[in-house]
Amino acid sequence: MGTRTIAGVTVQVNDEGFLTNPAEWNKSIAAEIAKEEGIATLSDAHWKVIDYCRGEANKLGGKSPTLRQITVGTGVQTKELFGLFPKGPAKKVARIAGLGKPEGCV
Amino acid sequence: MDATLTAPVQIPDVAVEAPKAEEKNRHVAFICSKGTLDMAYPALVMGWAALGNGIDVTIFFTFWGMDIINKARIDHLELAPVANTSMKMSMMGVNTGNMGIPNALGVIPGMTAFATNLMKKKIAEVGAPPVREYLQMLVDGGAKLYACKMSVDMMGLSMDDFVEGVEAVVTASDFMDMTEGAQIIFI
Repeated sequence: MGTRTIAGVTVQVNDEGFLTNPAEWNKSIAAEIAKEEGIATLSDAHWKVIDYCRGEANKLGGKSPTLRQITVGTGVQTKELFGLFPKGPAKKVARIAGLGKPEGCV
Repeated sequence: MDATLTAPVQIPDVAVEAPKAEEKNRHVAFICSKGTLDMAYPALVMGWAALGNGIDVTIFFTFWGMDIINKARIDHLELAPVANTSMKMSMMGVNTGNMGIPNALGVIPGMTAFATNLMKKKIAEVGAPPVREYLQMLVDGGAKLYACKMSVDMMGLSMDDFVEGVEAVVTASDFMDMTEGAQIIFI
């Protein structure tokens, strides 16, 4: 556990770099973390996924939904999801959305 | 044989902009040798988790495991209660502790279908999709699927028998080449 400053805001993060308080998140933080994750700009398609995860996290104790929950919930196809957040979408989406990593296996 | 399958990953001598991206990615390879419903899921679950975490996934289907990619079999994988010492009566919701399903009952026609449906229900309850859909998710997520040449020859099968997403029929030696440095899990 520790703090770091992203996009001018000091936020709480855990050892893996996930924000621990979703309320500290904002869109500039998302854009900044996305850059660190190799995503230069967040498109509408990215935001559709991020917004969905933010919404669901309320029911999931601040955790991001699983990839399966995201594809079923947003209608974004698996292939597209892996295209939007290449190389490990499960953690990438959670990190960018300022949420904990998903807890389910599917 | 596609040359890209065996070509070694080229690591440049001088690191450019993003050196991390040039590192060889973690790679997990599964060998699926069983064709029962319960033995189809481990590679699906772990392979999906690997893809979600940015790990490369290769799955090699051999012997009975080829049922998992066989168009005619993928929707009909089964679980037999006979000689299955882990399948207890309590799975059916009867609180009977360690009492197993007697083998003498397991041989009654329809018991395999019954056990299969019971397991499919349990799988659906945890939100896991059926095998065909799950496998497609893995393919869409970038998993590479291969069928074992010797098994294909033995069973008289061809690529036409397999679901979309299976890349090729390969030999054991090809599999060794394409999984150099990978972590291999035999199921």
